[in-house]
Amino acid sequence: MKQKIRTVVDSQARLPVAVDTLADGDDLYAAGMTSHGSINLMLGLEDAFDVEFPDHLLTRAVFASVDSISSALSELSAAE
Amino acid sequence: MTLTARPLSTFDDAVREARVVAAEHADAVDRDARFPAEALAVLRDGGALSALVPVALGGTGSSVTDVARACTVLARSCSATAMVFAMHQIQMATLVRHAASAPFFAEHLAATVTAPRLMASVTSEIGTGGDMGRSVAGLVPAGPDLVRFVKKAPTVSYGAQADDLLTTLRRDESAAPGDQVLVLSRRGQHDLESMGTWDPLGMRGTCSPGFVVTGEVPSEQVVPVPFPVLAAESMVPVSHLLWGSLWLGIAQEAFDRARSFVRAAAARDGDAGRAGHGLSEMAVQLGRLRAELQVALADFEAASLEPGRPGLSTLSAAMRINSIKVSASTTAPAVCLAALEVAGFSGYRNDTRYSVGRQLRDSLSGALMVANDRLHSSNASALLVVKDVP
Repeated sequence: MKQKIRTVVDSQARLPVAVDTLADGDDLYAAGMTSHGSINLMLGLEDAFDVEFPDHLLTRAVFASVDSISSALSELSAAE
Repeated sequence: MTLTARPLSTFDDAVREARVVAAEHADAVDRDARFPAEALAVLRDGGALSALVPVALGGTGSSVTDVARACTVLARSCSATAMVFAMHQIQMATLVRHAASAPFFAEHLAATVTAPRLMASVTSEIGTGGDMGRSVAGLVPAGPDLVRFVKKAPTVSYGAQADDLLTTLRRDESAAPGDQVLVLSRRGQHDLESMGTWDPLGMRGTCSPGFVVTGEVPSEQVVPVPFPVLAAESMVPVSHLLWGSLWLGIAQEAFDRARSFVRAAAARDGDAGRAGHGLSEMAVQLGRLRAELQVALADFEAASLEPGRPGLSTLSAAMRINSIKVSASTTAPAVCLAALEVAGFSGYRNDTRYSVGRQLRDSLSGALMVANDRLHSSNASALLVVKDVP
């Protein structure tokens, strides 16, 4: 799952650095992700994983790292 | 008598007195584009500047809703007084909600109860395109536990009159533009070099020219929570709620002046005629704005009580608070313009009791303070992913 998240981050989050240079726990905002980039990322993840993030998960903290995105996706699939 | 009854009524008394004093000087403040020093002195001496400081730190622990109500009252007589008061309280709310457990800030806040201090913010910056969420200038180490900064800010409201400044900066010079922190500097720890003059259309008493701000402070004066977090949970929502409340007060004043005109006409002619209809339409707009603000304040207070305030950090919360700002900043000038139509030439003149020129000019600043265009564009992208209908 984390590799797939990385692919979406790479194509949607518009980071100024390559995603390969970041660890799973690294902060994507600190790496230069803008709020506009984060919304692209949310949309990209919803498409790639065929899920809908409920409003309470649409927060800065949830999309801050590959790890936090992975936990949110796991939480979503567990709830289904 | 309960323990809280006294301080709360003291706050209300100070605001009431400041409203009267502000009214006496409002025209001069506007004409000369000077700081509303008299009304701010009343608020300072009456303890209103530290109203938000929690009881545990010796303050009265007033709520954002209490302060919002005060902003509406003050704006009835002087928009600049209300705006300076609102901006100060936005900074206080941010510190109270995010920094009060850090020793330096706990001490600082407690000290403002006995020795009131006025706080301004330096969030605008040349080169960011008006986006408060990005910084160019960064903190630079200046010795053991010492940091320094130089920031070019195109607008710093009452920067020259403030005792303390809260400045947004990149965490360090290599940090991303959005990786920001907030830094408090006291008078004596910063220098302000003026970058120009101040002669705007309205809100003239806020004294908001540009400055190059240079500061050097101990590291403990860096707020220990990342700026994006405190912006989302406090600075942005409190700004929009307090600004909205004071724009409501400006519009209520314009309404009241138009109503006086209509009453005089009705007494003279026995009928309010068309002007009465205009007044009724304004009442509808005012009622709608007041209701919107009340709901938004209640939602904000409820979300603030939850541990970690999850309800304030969502995209949908940001979108709703942006909408309130857009609504208040467009309704207020619309009501002022309607007041002008009702009062006619008596309202257009600057020397009658029905004059609404100052209110109209002041209210027009709302759409520019964080441009509505920018908020619409944020909301437009948020609406792509948010699920709940607003």
